[in-house]
Amino acid sequence: MIGSLSGAVELGLLYSLMALGVFITFRILDFPDLTVDGSFTTGAAVTAIMISHGNSPWLATLVAFASGLAAGACTGLLHTKGKINGLLSGILMMIALYSINMRIMGKPNISLLGVDTIFASISPLVFMLIVVIIVKLLLDAFLHTDLGLALRATGDNSRMIRSLGANTDSTTILGVSLSNGLVAVSGAFVAQQSGFADISMGIGMIVIGLASVIIGEAIFGSGSVFRATLAAVLGSVVYRLVVAFALRVQWLDASDLKLITAIIVIVALVLPTARRSVKARSAARRRSLELAAAAAAPKQGGVR
Amino acid sequence: MLELSQVSKLFNPGTADEKIALTDIRLKLAPGDFVTVIGSNGAGKSTLMNIISGVMKPDYGEVLIEGKPIHALPEFQRSRWIGRVFQDPMAGTAPRMTIEENLAMAYARGKPRGFRLGVNRSKRAMFREQLQRLGIGLENRLRAKVGLLSGGERQALSLLMATFTKPQILLLDEHTAALDPARAELITRLTDQIVRDLGLTTLMVTHNMEQAIRLGNRLIMMDKGRIILDIPEERKRHLTVEQLLGEFEQISGHQLSDDRIVLG
Repeated sequence: MIGSLSGAVELGLLYSLMALGVFITFRILDFPDLTVDGSFTTGAAVTAIMISHGNSPWLATLVAFASGLAAGACTGLLHTKGKINGLLSGILMMIALYSINMRIMGKPNISLLGVDTIFASISPLVFMLIVVIIVKLLLDAFLHTDLGLALRATGDNSRMIRSLGANTDSTTILGVSLSNGLVAVSGAFVAQQSGFADISMGIGMIVIGLASVIIGEAIFGSGSVFRATLAAVLGSVVYRLVVAFALRVQWLDASDLKLITAIIVIVALVLPTARRSVKARSAARRRSLELAAAAAAPKQGGVR
Repeated sequence: MLELSQVSKLFNPGTADEKIALTDIRLKLAPGDFVTVIGSNGAGKSTLMNIISGVMKPDYGEVLIEGKPIHALPEFQRSRWIGRVFQDPMAGTAPRMTIEENLAMAYARGKPRGFRLGVNRSKRAMFREQLQRLGIGLENRLRAKVGLLSGGERQALSLLMATFTKPQILLLDEHTAALDPARAELITRLTDQIVRDLGLTTLMVTHNMEQAIRLGNRLIMMDKGRIILDIPEERKRHLTVEQLLGEFEQISGHQLSDDRIVLG
């Protein structure tokens, strides 16, 4: 049990970079970016092919990051310059990346068994903990710079930030690009840790990312940038713990995971809205009753 | 300072919904001019604002700031010279960001946005000082999310954000119209004070006749995409709302109709 627990934490940290990427598009830019499913695999594919050709795993991870940046930039360009709907530009890029990933790998699966990866000499748990903390803090710092503020405002009130002189096309492209860069690095680490890259490993990644961000927010809050990024990371870990627990249930299969994930996201998305509307309705009712009672009360004067 | 020459704009050209928004607008603002703009619904007041700020491009004609033609530049590039306050109090600020972060974004107007910290100690002190001028206590709430502020407070903040970098041109697009009378009065007072203090060249659209006469040193009246009357300072000082409405009827041949009009 302890073993599977630390295994879940390790997975959570590996995928938390992906969750941070999804956080940038989904929460900051308010842009549901489906490129993630493709760019995750791109990161893994680039890393696997480079390492298996004898390149340094560090260099391979760096190139994976760059390829993610490029993929995201394409989506951003489609959306801003091509004026294609955000969801559709992500889907188009995701589909395009499937073919590109296949070209990169040359075959649907590349094994990294017996090859030296980053994790050959260092425990994934410790390494990922350090990397995630550094990336999270760097992201926090970036989001407080002039450029970072403009990026956040692009998702919050794009009309305003344009009237203040920021090019929202550029900030959108930058945000989507950075997001997919992080997603690709996550894919690179996952491939190295699991010992293979597979053409279908990115399927459903966006939903896992969304689940992580939403679970994190629900448990840890999102009051400030620091809190929100922390929530995305911890949300990813909690998600893996939930999955580990679900896999121990007898009558559940591993293939049921995607359904469970989708249900988690649906519940998390529906619940706050439903709760808000119920609350608003009951508050309005109470207040109307109060006002009606006040109006009906006999005016006796005196007591004021 | 600001010059529009022969500016024309057509909406939906060549369709059944074709509408003339602006025809042959010629307007010249001297440095420090504070011009109020009134006119009927659909007179082209908002289009005029959008063409100056770059939200729309003119079909024909030129817009110049300090003699430089700017009508081909996109909105975000013009913002170096132009500060703007919108009618909707929600439009001028980012609700999920703090007061100081909003001010930091306005402070970066016209500068390249890079990796410098948006809010640091010296900027924070400056923001606090600026907020004090509004006199509504926002200086004590620098780290509050703007979404928590009332409409009046948000509009006051928008006004400060549009002006404290001293833009060459200030555009006010019915910026008190969505507020209750007390708040509108506060924003009007602040506007007058800030524009005077900084000597900003200002163009203000308003539907409040009394405000249009009281504020500024020049008044223009628009109808059906044209400027039909341009009242200079000397005449404006003695003008009454009745005279203004009478003048409008006489020139345009119909009554000033604006569903939100306030006589004052």
